[in-house]
Amino acid sequence: MASANHYLALAAILFGIGLAGVVSRRNILVVFMCVELMLNAANLTFLAFARQQGTMHGHAIAFFVIAVAAAEAAVGLAIVIAVFRTRGTLWMDEVSTLKN
Amino acid sequence: MADRAEFWVFLAFAVPLIVAALGVVVARNPVNAAMSLVAAFFFLAGIYVLLVAHLVAFLQILVYAGAIMVVFLFVIMLLQLHDQDLQDSRLKAMQWGGILGAAGLVAVIAQAIRSAGVLHWKAVPESFGTVKAVGQLLFTQYLLPFEATSLLLLVAIVGAVVVAKQRI
Repeated sequence: MASANHYLALAAILFGIGLAGVVSRRNILVVFMCVELMLNAANLTFLAFARQQGTMHGHAIAFFVIAVAAAEAAVGLAIVIAVFRTRGTLWMDEVSTLKN
Repeated sequence: MADRAEFWVFLAFAVPLIVAALGVVVARNPVNAAMSLVAAFFFLAGIYVLLVAHLVAFLQILVYAGAIMVVFLFVIMLLQLHDQDLQDSRLKAMQWGGILGAAGLVAVIAQAIRSAGVLHWKAVPESFGTVKAVGQLLFTQYLLPFEATSLLLLVAIVGAVVVAKQRI
């Protein structure tokens, strides 16, 4: 039987893939999608522990994570549109006003 | 026998999930990445059903694979990307270092999971994860965070309009 460890390991792998995408890809849209992957990995961990402990608090937290992800996607994509409109690019390396 | 069948169902969702997640990272075109992400969300919903989280699995498909991904695709289409925008430059040493760091993080977490020993499931009631049970929890113990979520979404809507609109 698949124990809770299997689900936690799957969540860790998913989080690792998302993190690798965030640090290696330079397209803002793809980076956003990888952030969504990482949020989902966190959700999977919450649900695995909720099932393992036999309580439903993890389900409530997962609900809030989904709501925050929706808000994040709305604001983030608005920023992407604003950046593309002013600079005509989606490359994160070319958006470095705050850095310089 | 049933336990073994459950493990095979777990694998049937987990392996395509990892493949789809890798597809998001390696895809050259953002549209392909978005499609891979939709597939990943569907397989993840299957995993949630295996964890007896039916409401969250339903929300996953409805909100993530439905609403959020439609917004993503809408933005990709709206921006009218050209081919030269999609040319990914070769990975720099710093990015390889980041990938290595991510792999190291996974290794550390895997070691932590292994050292925790086999975590056995606790028995759960019949109503576990249903709309009624989770809704009851949300509207009693988590009422204040629930209301705060509505405020958060309102702020996000206003913020998105302010940032993306040229003239208000």
